[in-house]
Amino acid sequence: MSTGAPKIVVERVSKTYEPDVLALTEVGLALAENSFTCLLGPSGCGKSTLLNVIAGFVEPTTGRVLVDGREVTGPGADRGVVFQEYALFPWRTAAENVEFGPMIQGLPRAERRGVAERYLALVGLAEHGAKYPAELSGGMKQRVAIARALANHPSVLLMDEPFGALDAQTREVMQEELLRIWQQERKTVVFVTHSISEAVFLADRIVVMGTRPGRIKEVADVALEHPRERSSPGFVALERTLKSLVREEVARLGIA
Amino acid sequence: MAEYPPEILAAARPEVTASASPARPRRRGGPSPSAVVALRVASVALFFAGWWLVSLLNAHVVKVFNPVLLPDPLVVLEAGVKLAASGELIEHVAASLARVVQGFLVAAALGVLAGMAVGRSRVLEHLVDPALEMLRPIPPLAFLPLMVLWFGIGEASKVAFIAYAAFFPIFTTTVEGIKYVDPLLIRAAASLGAGDRRIFWHVVLPAATPSIITGLRLGFGLSFFVIVAAEFIAADRGLGFLINDARTFFLVSNMLLGAAVIGLIGFLFNVGLRRLEGYLLRWRRDSRGRA
Repeated sequence: MSTGAPKIVVERVSKTYEPDVLALTEVGLALAENSFTCLLGPSGCGKSTLLNVIAGFVEPTTGRVLVDGREVTGPGADRGVVFQEYALFPWRTAAENVEFGPMIQGLPRAERRGVAERYLALVGLAEHGAKYPAELSGGMKQRVAIARALANHPSVLLMDEPFGALDAQTREVMQEELLRIWQQERKTVVFVTHSISEAVFLADRIVVMGTRPGRIKEVADVALEHPRERSSPGFVALERTLKSLVREEVARLGIA
Repeated sequence: MAEYPPEILAAARPEVTASASPARPRRRGGPSPSAVVALRVASVALFFAGWWLVSLLNAHVVKVFNPVLLPDPLVVLEAGVKLAASGELIEHVAASLARVVQGFLVAAALGVLAGMAVGRSRVLEHLVDPALEMLRPIPPLAFLPLMVLWFGIGEASKVAFIAYAAFFPIFTTTVEGIKYVDPLLIRAAASLGAGDRRIFWHVVLPAATPSIITGLRLGFGLSFFVIVAAEFIAADRGLGFLINDARTFFLVSNMLLGAAVIGLIGFLFNVGLRRLEGYLLRWRRDSRGRA
């Protein structure tokens, strides 16, 4: 699957929050270009911390992250981020939100318009560009957030439980949409989730993370063909295997 | 503290400001919109009717106090027409407004700029905050005689006084607005390639705007609040002067007129500022409920 050097390399990354809370310990990963990786685990396994380290929001206590061979020292336009809480700028319309990245890059107004139109259409919101986030549903907000991240042409897309706040129906639609967009745009995606079925549906590699301290417990490659049928035997079997792995970690937390 | 009306104090607390969202849900079982209008009109009508009744009864039926002390609304209106016709009223209004606007503009410029600087810098915050907290509880009026000494009896002392009074709410709400910007929005902007400067202009400042506008509105209210006192002490024009001057000549209707005109101007400005706020913050309106 990987051709040449990996796109993202996580080298022995540890993160300690004061006082003495070990969020991540000695995490190592190599992610291929255009791969779709899910970080899966219960809360407290450090999956969001790892994503934030890759995004450059959080500095690792030890170790480092390389993207295209360059060390990550902070957030950057090469790594688009989609947050669970959408993080849209409420004073900007949907289109103006999508235009934010191109505006920062200094694209002229007319071209920005074009970019916004194209990406809003990609996420199925062509007619809603003039609306403010307060006028959009949760699913629509997340579509705008995805369009905003993509419009900036990042080579990496980092998604932190992006569909966690959506209802079950919207969530499945958004998963299908995301796969469609990913197949069209080809990005290296790192997707954090605690939903096993979501991970199996989306990822070609699932990184199961363990707790206390946060670490990588197991890495599973998903060989199922897209589009995946949630009731197929292969899907169900993988779900079951992952479930028992995650269960062990929840049991370790003593809260199950 | 006696200086500040309770609604200004309440609104100056950030948690109260935050909950005062424009989309106010109707209480269950509340009156219909048309009934609300009727009730609100009735409120004003009842006030004037009550005033009129008390004044008439006292003058002609049961004399409790000297009728000169409470002229009826028509007499006040008459006084207003007379003063307006002579051109005197507009002169007082213009004098007061000029002071309020100048003082407010100085306060707005200083308050927003200082607030932006202090909101961004922890060091500056710790350096500036204790001194301001020490000054804040002192009613601005306490400094008025001093300001007359420092800035003279002319316009400068009044403008400075208004600016001082209006500075605090503007400064405080600006600091709060800048400080409490959702960190997620800053992360989002950073991941889209924005540096510190761009983040400040395109994220922090717009995110703080609702808070800053609230401060400006409070500051403007305070400017009006204190102008009268300033004009009591040292002025030969202005609505405060009108009231104080009428007191010397026992012209109660003119005293009431001065108060009424101040109320009217304050009301009109507040309506205008709310309109402006509604326009600038149109993105806050949740129109999903609209048909």
